Amino acid sequence: MKLRKSAAVAATIAALALTATACGGESGTAGDKPKDPTGGKNAPKLPTYAVKSGVKIDSATLKAAQKAGKLVIGSKDDQPYLGFQDTSGKRSGFDIEIAKMVAADLGFKPDQIEFKTIDSGVRETTISKGDVDLYVGTYTINDERKKQVGFAGPYMKAGADLLVRKDEKSITGPDSLKGKTVCSIKGSTPLQEIKKPKYGAKTVELAKYSECVQQLTNNEVDAVTTDDAILKGYAAQRPNALKVVGKPFTEEPYGVGMNKDDKALRDAVTNAIEAHQKNGDYKKAYEATLGLSGAAFVEPPALERY
Amino acid sequence: MNVLLDHWPEFREGFIGTIWLTLASGLLAMLLGVVLAGFRVSPVPPLRFFGTAWVTLFRNTPLTLLFLVIWFAVPQVFDLGLSPWAKALVVLSVYTSSFVCEAVRSGINTVPLGQAEAARSIGMTFFQTLGTIILPQAVRTVLPPLSSIFIALTKNSAIAGAFSVTELFGWQKLLSDKGFPIAWIFLWVALGYLVIVFVISIFFRVLERSLEVAR
Repeated sequence: MKLRKSAAVAATIAALALTATACGGESGTAGDKPKDPTGGKNAPKLPTYAVKSGVKIDSATLKAAQKAGKLVIGSKDDQPYLGFQDTSGKRSGFDIEIAKMVAADLGFKPDQIEFKTIDSGVRETTISKGDVDLYVGTYTINDERKKQVGFAGPYMKAGADLLVRKDEKSITGPDSLKGKTVCSIKGSTPLQEIKKPKYGAKTVELAKYSECVQQLTNNEVDAVTTDDAILKGYAAQRPNALKVVGKPFTEEPYGVGMNKDDKALRDAVTNAIEAHQKNGDYKKAYEATLGLSGAAFVEPPALERY
Repeated sequence: MNVLLDHWPEFREGFIGTIWLTLASGLLAMLLGVVLAGFRVSPVPPLRFFGTAWVTLFRNTPLTLLFLVIWFAVPQVFDLGLSPWAKALVVLSVYTSSFVCEAVRSGINTVPLGQAEAARSIGMTFFQTLGTIILPQAVRTVLPPLSSIFIALTKNSAIAGAFSVTELFGWQKLLSDKGFPIAWIFLWVALGYLVIVFVISIFFRVLERSLEVAR
């Protein structure tokens, strides 16, 4: 083994850089050209949403927001094409578009939306405390969460999938993981599935998806698992190095989170999603965000009203 | 309460994970730390330099950064082939050993120089002097700071949770991801740590009593 000083120094600097960048997948491998999320000349354009005026809904949350003249929406900032914030502070992605179209129907212009980045672990607490009016960010609807927050939607059906290296031949789905090492975020739902003995996979749990992707490109792990929507974002950032297997093995219906007892607001948001799905905004927003990753448009799931 | 009862097996696993990791890295750090302290007070310059360099490097680097280095930087240079648990053991032991070394060294410094000189004058070697005269006297002074170091180690072991090790903090991640009330989860995790830390405090208090000396 020849330990080269420069390599060691470079590696240490890389580790330092890892701690410094909060967003994932920024350090591409050589030869990768990350796709420009804003697209080239022929790229699909983001739709603009007609802002309604004189909106009157019997909702305490909305009345307070109207009085303040701004709607506070919680989101993610580290998921390319879904909920991403670049270094200039600009937010982009499909979830951000959903937030904008809903806000428009509630009577708020894009510049009247205040986005707040909320960590997954504190979503329920933040929503029930009223720190955010709405939350849009890969938020899977489930019964445990329904005890604490209200959900409008589902506006999109995602599912756990696998991200692998481009040259990977042996991994074709969750059943081909015997003896392989799979990485995901500590405590994430798809990993609980992969951990089951029937798959025979080894697992690694880290704090961020970007760390998992780094391990994948370092050949330390063989696959990364989480919702396909998130994985497609990473694959699109490094199309020459990574690909998504495309065999979803769980169902993750995404919803818009809000105060549990605010039925009026919940109905209004569901109506807004439905209206924009019908007038084609939804599809346009998809084509201009997640669609850029090469993932084909899927018809949205049926909305649930309760 | 339900959160704990419904997920008792996972909680138990995490609790045992924290205890096991703390105990193993504590013992290893203790061994390393005493040896390093010996290096730092030895009459051999290269050993002294080695001990000083070790302490300077590992005491001044944030623990998370050490984890990142062993996980992401080291594999790019050569393959260690260690499991996540072994990586955590190495990092926590190395990091804590620098603190143990300094605590032991400060203990050694409280033993009057005359003691060492007397030992040398009757023909004892360096190791005999250290082992039979100085360390037994230094131990009493060292116990309180050591107790603090091991309590800190218990809490530091939570960082291993973010690097693929099953321990208490990971249980919190698991359950808050599922959407359980976070206040309860934190309460149980905090109690888990309290129990461990309490046992460490008692252990050291008993040691201090039994080693008390009439000065």
